[in-house]
Amino acid sequence: MKKDLKQKSKHIYWNPYYGGFLLGILILFTFYLTGRGLGASGAMKSSVVSIIESVSPTHAEESNYYSKFITEDESPMKNWLVFEILGVLIGAFISGGLSGRIGWRIQHSPKITSKRRLVFALGGGILFGLGAQIARGCTSGAALSGMAVLSTGGFITMLAIFGSAYATAYFFRKNWI
Amino acid sequence: MGPLIPNGVIPIEWDNIIAILIGIVFGFVLEASGFSSSRKLAGVFYGYDFAVLKVFFTAAVVAVIGVYYMDYLGYLDITQLYVHPLYLWGAIIGGIIMGVGFVAGGFCPGTSLCAVAIGKIDAIVYVGGIMVGIFIFSELYPLFLPIYDGYFYGNVTLEDSLGINPYWFVFIFSIIAIAAFVVSDMVRKKVKKIFY
Repeated sequence: MKKDLKQKSKHIYWNPYYGGFLLGILILFTFYLTGRGLGASGAMKSSVVSIIESVSPTHAEESNYYSKFITEDESPMKNWLVFEILGVLIGAFISGGLSGRIGWRIQHSPKITSKRRLVFALGGGILFGLGAQIARGCTSGAALSGMAVLSTGGFITMLAIFGSAYATAYFFRKNWI
Repeated sequence: MGPLIPNGVIPIEWDNIIAILIGIVFGFVLEASGFSSSRKLAGVFYGYDFAVLKVFFTAAVVAVIGVYYMDYLGYLDITQLYVHPLYLWGAIIGGIIMGVGFVAGGFCPGTSLCAVAIGKIDAIVYVGGIMVGIFIFSELYPLFLPIYDGYFYGNVTLEDSLGINPYWFVFIFSIIAIAAFVVSDMVRKKVKKIFY
């Protein structure tokens, strides 16, 4: 009986309007303090740049893209977004811990295998990483933070992300429903 | 007058500490809203769970009303805020690629990090994929350069691009969001329930 309750509570999440309201207040607060919005993919870019820089410094310097994010005296990891993402990991860990959702697992529909899930996760990640560079931001940095200040680029990116996801959802339906 | 750090009200030394604190709240809210679950996130594309739509648009509406209201009251100077720039074809093509990645992988970067924090192995693979994607972009940078750097219209807002009154736009945007919430609830009742 007690186990049943615990199993159930794993899927009890906040009311989406409550979560959305708090997220909106947080974005407002972030703009009020820093003049910028939130971000997520930027920290991963910093990680890639710093990995390439330590593996092959000459390659990083010669590349027109990596070199944009490398300065003489500071590591690319000393960046606002990297600190913010460290916070995200801590905050999500606290929330998951309070609700008993922490544990190693591969989440997937019972209709597909774990291997299939991981292959699609890898492919989806590659596409998202590539797209986020082309659009200079992801759902957090470009779409959500952009929309908060009525950025035209933010709105276009948001429409493109959701439009293309709805348009192609049919081809991936086996993974989810 | 905000923004506080750029205007020196809060010393710049606090910047990174504030970044961590903001990140903690961001991660907590996303995880508590269920965004560490790819099956919950993907629900928005199949109609069995609209949490993404509701959280995302509630947040956008609250933030945009807040920003314009604080500007109106004189607490925040909207002209000093960073506006995401418009590179027209970069935004469209990048967005289309991200959309496919979203529905294929079930996460976006921020949500995947929340899932990593609670031990989802599929999310760890997804984050690895994002880094591979960034690596591919960087290596093929000259190839992407025309859309990455081209079709630039500046750091423009809808007020600049469409010439509409921002207050009216915020009002209409809020109405659209509420209508979307109502429609999403109607759709969800018709779609077969998925348990995850």
